[in-house]
Amino acid sequence: MALFQAQRDAQLQMMDAAARLRGRPLWREALERFTRNRAAMGGVIVLSFIAVMAVIGPMMSPYTLEDLAWDAIGVPPSFENSRWFGTDDTGRDMWVLTWMGAHVSLTIGVMTTLVALSIGVIYGATAGYLGGRADNVMMRFVDVIYALPLLFFIIILVTVFGRNIFLVFVAIGCVEWLTMARIVRGQTLSVKRKEYIEAALASGVRTGTIIRRHVIPNVIGPVIVYVTLLVPTNILVESYLSFLGLGVQEPLTSWGVLISRGANALETAPWLLLIPATCLAITMFCFNFIGDGLRDALDPKDR
Amino acid sequence: MTSYALKRLMIALPTLFVVVSASFFLMHAAPGGPFDADANLEPQVLANLKAAYDLDKPVFEQYVIYLGKVARGDFGPSIIYQDSSVSKLIATGLPVSLRIGLSAIFIAALLGGTLGIVAALRQNTRTDYTVMAFAMTGIAVPSFVLAPLMTLIFGVLLKLLPIATLEPGGSLARDFPAFAPMTPYILPVIALAIPQVAIISRLTRGAMIEVLRQNYIRTARAKGLPEQRVVWRHALQAGILPVVSYLGPAIAGIVTGAVVVETIFQLPGMGRFFIQGAINRDYPLVLGIVVIFAAAIIVMNLIVDLLYGLLDPKVKVDA
Repeated sequence: MALFQAQRDAQLQMMDAAARLRGRPLWREALERFTRNRAAMGGVIVLSFIAVMAVIGPMMSPYTLEDLAWDAIGVPPSFENSRWFGTDDTGRDMWVLTWMGAHVSLTIGVMTTLVALSIGVIYGATAGYLGGRADNVMMRFVDVIYALPLLFFIIILVTVFGRNIFLVFVAIGCVEWLTMARIVRGQTLSVKRKEYIEAALASGVRTGTIIRRHVIPNVIGPVIVYVTLLVPTNILVESYLSFLGLGVQEPLTSWGVLISRGANALETAPWLLLIPATCLAITMFCFNFIGDGLRDALDPKDR
Repeated sequence: MTSYALKRLMIALPTLFVVVSASFFLMHAAPGGPFDADANLEPQVLANLKAAYDLDKPVFEQYVIYLGKVARGDFGPSIIYQDSSVSKLIATGLPVSLRIGLSAIFIAALLGGTLGIVAALRQNTRTDYTVMAFAMTGIAVPSFVLAPLMTLIFGVLLKLLPIATLEPGGSLARDFPAFAPMTPYILPVIALAIPQVAIISRLTRGAMIEVLRQNYIRTARAKGLPEQRVVWRHALQAGILPVVSYLGPAIAGIVTGAVVVETIFQLPGMGRFFIQGAINRDYPLVLGIVVIFAAAIIVMNLIVDLLYGLLDPKVKVDA
């Protein structure tokens, strides 16, 4: 009797475990894996801090962007007079400038990625879904422009059509969609032919459920990962343009503008380069850690 | 293999044509012209100037004339450097850019590959973490931050290397006269190579780790091959494929990086002419440089593709 009881208990336990396994939503599992990744979580926390500071940072300082303090030119960072990040060579407050720059840089990074994402997903999914000759032609086109020095086209676009911040958005976004299109197309193609789709079809799962449970989770992983890596790439591209004097124009500022100005005053006022450069580098680290963490969390191979 | 090479060549030539056409029409679609800055020119002078640069003709006619000239290697006169033709400017800038760019690619592939292999062989050890931390830093710190910092440390503070000149100098050139001609190029090449070293080492590490888990590697070890041979002969051949296919984008990255690096170090290379030309609307100069850069990138991509065809047995079967 006792033996029977133990057997039943074990059976119940197994059923319970099976039920729990089945009932565990895919996303919660990924989220759990992600939150266990210390580097990625650190990235999220630091990045959130930078994002919040990009909004409230400038308000914390008693100075504004327009304040040119002629009596405080090139002051090093100190707690005196609330010059936490010092001032630049025109007496503007670096604390205000740095967080304003963060605002512009992050906005550009996210907006351009959204442009690239929309073009890339539509193009890639169409090519992958249509397949055959249309796919061939569409991807050949991508191959051809992939080999070009695209940054030059951005530079030509920006110099030709004026230095306008919206143009920078569109130009970067229009150029950076290529890899996205390749990823989405490859995913669509491979998922379309997967055995588990066939199995789900054969066992009578409804189309909506197949798309929701099997297609989307398997297509979206690499896309999300690539998005987190594209945002820092685009921030870098903007900084690169601004560094050359072709991106964001005064009085608007970005980290690229600040780095460019700081590089010229490096010997006398190193903080003008080091502060925005450190912010940029930390942001790059955060995005890369988050991207790696997401890749590990979403990779279905690991399950 | 021959048909594969031909197929690649068939893509390369139209690509070059597309580049020339796209940049030509882009530059000419712009409102405003190169002489807008000289607002108080006599109308007759302006008309003569425009005629001298063929700017008075319809755009399509200008395009045909331009294509004909480019085919003969004539990129026309420069507008901002008035006593020089674009071809002459390219002739002075190209050697500088080539020297920096090729050295950077060579260092990036060699150092990046080596670091990646070492990290993969010692996966999850301190060596691995160090290499990957370096790679992450190389990706996070852009060359336009790295270059001014290196200039300050090695040029201004330590006085080891010359800055912003092509003349040899600094204490390194004095102490080691044999290396003196190299000294002006050291900092630009490092600034240009480091981001690519970082990316290539990450790529190689990932690919090698994947390959080292394959069954045929286990087989090679099981049949008693020495580890050296397993790694260098069996694993490496498959492990460097992603790196070879990355070399194309890497070359494009180095060419665009050269623009910034030449600007920072004030080297008279193609990148600096390009920025000067773009800012001043010097159509012939910008177009000429885009054509040369695009041709260089396309030729390098072609070489990379052929190399890939040689290395990857699957391509041979396809062709």
